[in-house]
Amino acid sequence: MNDIQLPPIDYAALLPMLIVFGLACVGILAEAFVPRKHRFAVQATLTLAALIAGLVTVIINRDLEVTTIGGAVTIDGAGLFLQGIILVLGIVAFGLIAERRLERGGAFVANAAHAADSDGDKKQLNEAGATEIFPLTLFAIAGMMLFCVSGDLLTMFVALEVFSLPLYLMCGLARRRRLLSQESALKYFLLGAFASAFFLYGVALIYGYAGSVQLVAIKQSVLDSDKSGVLLAAGLALLAIGLLFKAAAVPFHVWTPDVYQGAPTPITALMAACVKAAAFGGLLRVFNVAFETTSWDWRPVITAVAMATMIVGSILAVTQTDIKRLLAYSSIANAGYLLVGVVSLGGAVGSSMFYLVAYGFSVLAAFGMVTLVRDADGEATHLSRWAGLGKGSPLFSAMFTIIMLGFAGIPLTSGFSSKFALFSSAWDANQSALVIVGVLSSVVLAFPYLKVVVLLWLNPPGDETPTVSVPGYLTRAVVGVGVLATIVLGVAPSWLLDMVNSAGTFLAK
Amino acid sequence: MSLTPYVPLVVLFGLATVFAVFSVTIGPYIGPRRINKAKLEAYECGIEPTPTPPGGSRFPVKFYLTAMLFIIFDIEIVFLYPWAVAFDSLGMFGFVEMLLFIVTVFVAYTYVWRRGGLDWD
Amino acid sequence: MDSITYADATGALSSMWLLVAIPAVSAAVLLLLGKRADKWGHWLGVAAVLAAFGLAVTYFFQLKGLDNRSAALNLFEFIHIGGLEVNVGLLFDPLTAVFVLLITGVGFLIHVYAVGYMSHDPGRRRFFAYFNLFVAAMLLLVLGDNYVMLYAGWEGVGLASYLLISFWYERPAAATAGKKAFLINRVGDVGFALAIFLMFATFGTTDYAKVFNGVLESEAGQTVSAGVLLALGLLLLLGACGKSGQFPLQTWLPDAMEGPTPVSALIHAATMVTAGVYMIARSATIFNANETAQTVVVSIGALTLLIGCIIGCAKDGIKRVLAYSTVSQIGYMFLAVGLGGGAYALGIIHLLAHGFFKAGLFLGAGSVMHGMKDQEDIRRYGGLWKHMKITWATFGLGWLAIIGMFPFSGFFTKDPIILSAFNREGWTGWLYGGAALLGAGLTAFYMTRLFVLTFHGKPRWEMEKHGDHHADGDEAHHAGIKQTADGRDIQHPHESPLIMTIPLIVLALGSVFAGYLMSTSVVDWLTPVLGDAPEEHGRLSHGTVTVLTLGVVVIGAAIAFLLFRNGTELVERPARTHIVRAARNNLYADRFNELVFELPGRLLTRALVWVDNRGVDGIVNGLAAAFGGGSGRLRRLQTGYVRTYALSILSGAVLVVAALLAVRLG
Repeated sequence: MNDIQLPPIDYAALLPMLIVFGLACVGILAEAFVPRKHRFAVQATLTLAALIAGLVTVIINRDLEVTTIGGAVTIDGAGLFLQGIILVLGIVAFGLIAERRLERGGAFVANAAHAADSDGDKKQLNEAGATEIFPLTLFAIAGMMLFCVSGDLLTMFVALEVFSLPLYLMCGLARRRRLLSQESALKYFLLGAFASAFFLYGVALIYGYAGSVQLVAIKQSVLDSDKSGVLLAAGLALLAIGLLFKAAAVPFHVWTPDVYQGAPTPITALMAACVKAAAFGGLLRVFNVAFETTSWDWRPVITAVAMATMIVGSILAVTQTDIKRLLAYSSIANAGYLLVGVVSLGGAVGSSMFYLVAYGFSVLAAFGMVTLVRDADGEATHLSRWAGLGKGSPLFSAMFTIIMLGFAGIPLTSGFSSKFALFSSAWDANQSALVIVGVLSSVVLAFPYLKVVVLLWLNPPGDETPTVSVPGYLTRAVVGVGVLATIVLGVAPSWLLDMVNSAGTFLAK
Repeated sequence: MSLTPYVPLVVLFGLATVFAVFSVTIGPYIGPRRINKAKLEAYECGIEPTPTPPGGSRFPVKFYLTAMLFIIFDIEIVFLYPWAVAFDSLGMFGFVEMLLFIVTVFVAYTYVWRRGGLDWD
Repeated sequence: MDSITYADATGALSSMWLLVAIPAVSAAVLLLLGKRADKWGHWLGVAAVLAAFGLAVTYFFQLKGLDNRSAALNLFEFIHIGGLEVNVGLLFDPLTAVFVLLITGVGFLIHVYAVGYMSHDPGRRRFFAYFNLFVAAMLLLVLGDNYVMLYAGWEGVGLASYLLISFWYERPAAATAGKKAFLINRVGDVGFALAIFLMFATFGTTDYAKVFNGVLESEAGQTVSAGVLLALGLLLLLGACGKSGQFPLQTWLPDAMEGPTPVSALIHAATMVTAGVYMIARSATIFNANETAQTVVVSIGALTLLIGCIIGCAKDGIKRVLAYSTVSQIGYMFLAVGLGGGAYALGIIHLLAHGFFKAGLFLGAGSVMHGMKDQEDIRRYGGLWKHMKITWATFGLGWLAIIGMFPFSGFFTKDPIILSAFNREGWTGWLYGGAALLGAGLTAFYMTRLFVLTFHGKPRWEMEKHGDHHADGDEAHHAGIKQTADGRDIQHPHESPLIMTIPLIVLALGSVFAGYLMSTSVVDWLTPVLGDAPEEHGRLSHGTVTVLTLGVVVIGAAIAFLLFRNGTELVERPARTHIVRAARNNLYADRFNELVFELPGRLLTRALVWVDNRGVDGIVNGLAAAFGGGSGRLRRLQTGYVRTYALSILSGAVLVVAALLAVRLG
């Protein structure tokens, strides 16, 4: 029997992920041993420390380019930048997750499994929420980080599951409207499992074609192999479906509105910002590294998906009456814009990453502000309830207006600079048809956003207009950072664009 | 490509099939037939079965919890086997890795234990 | 033409970013301070625009002393990605200078007027915030040194205009008009946005200087195909048509009159709607390089000016008539800038003169409505000159200016446009010249009708009896107007306060003198930007055209005077001919837009929503409502949907796999 060759492991390159995973495990132990009344403080500190330490190590690693653990993990400029985005957005989202001033005991309940309206469920309404949410967040974020730097499809699959499973659970923890929350968790879980199966089947078929699951090896065998392309095409299609599901592209978007609406708003924010970044990080890597040379095959299909996503997302956003559903459809449309970046391949990687940052900050601030508009039953998300908020809460309304204008792509906000950068690199890559559809769809999409602005400022407040809660310092910080980023990245985005451009592209060797 | 290496495998398949068919068919003929209450009940590891009305119904979620915990350790065992087989060639590195793996599972176990997942009531 | 370079800004001009910053900061302060600024907010708004005007004058005189007649100020790098580099940069050249003076000067007067006009409105502070926001965006629009900055300002003014049209949100018509303006403008914006991307793809830049030099070089070396230049021109034109209310996107502009009158005067008459003209004049190099694009511009101008005139004749709302006259006058400007060569400058001076007299007319209309309890219908006016003498006099001067009567400003600016149109080469010269001439006659007709019906003849209203209560302010304005037994309004007309009449007087003076003063000086001033005016060697001499035009104008005015000097009926008579009916229906332009733009969009939306409802998420709302509370709902919902969702994903998956295989095997 041959000796087993141990693959070399570059621990320094893995350190950011090791830190986050490790501290997540410590968080589980803390959950077990720390007395109940100190748990929240300990967990929150631990989580923040893990995220910041992860970010610091990513920054220290910034010039690293290495493939390690036998090709399972590829650390490169783009991958590190994506990890950085996920961590930064994660730190901001942490502010929303840890907020306990808006609602007694935080936005989460202790026990997701109680049947809605049962005695146990009513009892836990007034109890402190689950502190497990913190290690779960850490696991999810670490999974996303791994997802962006996976060098082979199996590692990618494992990472996909690692970040998905905690999210399924967290979706079911909303303190108010338990029924919707549980429903969303179950839907997300079932459909997510469904999509994972597609992904795995795709991996199997591609292995059948290439004899390897490594992205680089797949690229090589696409160039060399004389096998029938049917296996490759079918495998690629199934693989793409799994990824497009997470990215919420049409027609795999169906879960998005329900889950965004039902999940606790901080978790929705986490999904809209971080998961989007991770999903597109994965998509960009797979298509840029493994399948770049076969782009003639998949481009028409992904182009069609991108167009459908932009059109369906923007048009359906127009008819929404619930702010969370509106943001969900807008996130679908934004997935379409990001797909434009995927189709445009190499030249658009930088602007896609810029887009992820810009969108992530804005969407975190938006959901952060959604948590502030409350009445006796928790968040008041129906748009009719938002009418005339500008009268009583001008500062809140002004900030929300900035975010909405940003989403609408009005110049001098990050929405404009990011769309402009993305579309111009797509145009440069000869994807003019996609750009035209994108511009048209963003024109349509501007309408629902501005409708909200008009609703805030120009409508008379109804009898039922809820109050805007005075935010705790955490939510205040999140909203402030989000709004600030929306303006800064809109007025002076060049430093970040330089950064994404110098981060370089995906390592393909 | 020669198929010779697969011959023992085919033989094994054959033997397994013959054994299974033989056991199932021969039992009723040579065994004694004594019907009693215990024999008609569902088999639940020798424990008295949980009473359920005919047609099925809800039963406590605790069973599932225990079952899930069992699976975790089951998978741990599945990992330990190949490691044990390759122990010599993996050496110290393999030992440490496996230790880390066991510690990770143990963390989950501790959590379950401390939060009362092992208490039946 | 030599290649285009802009000199760096020096001296006072290096602070020209203040022009945009001052009103923007003022707007932010007014919005953020909220109620605390209610007492003095409007004065801050006025002061900000006055400060900008002061700066503009300073810069103007500095620019006059410069050899190069241009000052570019690069503030910072905006977007740098791949080969694309966009800077936040400002450019102050003669073309920009005249616009900045117009925007801040006329803007200041209208701000002052609005202090009086909005004095009873509880939202006055908010109004001034939006108004300042508009001024900032408009200044950014004309000051930018590349197309992305132009676009930024473009969107900004669109946003401000949208907010201001829907300002009186209690009126459903205002809300609808705001939406309409927004949607139609977005149609135009798509064209502009795509033009920018095309520009980037072709020239690798969006800077004015580099794009224009690229066009000039390509003319010499034919490096850029004519098709690309044509597409570029047409896309820009689509944007311009949206913003400037030109055919076929003109319908939003008259509806926009639902906003407060100062808004109509500043945004929808004097400045924002002329942004399209600015853009085409700024892009002179691009349009000069492509004759087809120019022909399209001229045709749209000629067509729109006639459409505006014809509809203007059929309208009875005082602001509606003025709105259609704006559409028509901008048509003249498009006609001029489309003719190319020296006519660019003619378009710009007509724009400037129009800014004065149209702002004056709108403010006058506002003053009339102010005294007439917000009644808009000119059929219910009459004989008002006795009651509001200042308004009457200033409105009269504006009227003479717009119809182009010698020696008022319209004469000096419109005449040369008609002349240039006639002198266009080939048979098209007769066509465009004829249209412009006919338009002049029609303008005289409907403006005279407006003037006579409003201020002269017998009053078609009843004087409020003494002792009847005369409530000032909100109550009277919103309480509705009482009527006599025979359907006449009971009114108490009065002159507006000084703060409103002083701007009127200043603008009226502008209407009188601006045309003559600008007719040569501004044309020379603009030469560095728009090129030299070629020698006129046309088929018709200046004198002939002047006589023709004046003749047509006098005839039009005389007919209107004879027809309407005895007033008119209180209500609209049924239309006897198709032309009248069509004109009253805005020549069915709304219908047209509905069919071309709205209907497909609506059908698509409806179809998508239908599919979505059937397949997926409408059921959430529907069923949730139907089932009320209880856990039964949860179960039913779940078994209902996940299945459907999974089916949707599965069908999508089948499609994607099939499509990829088809591409592979096909």
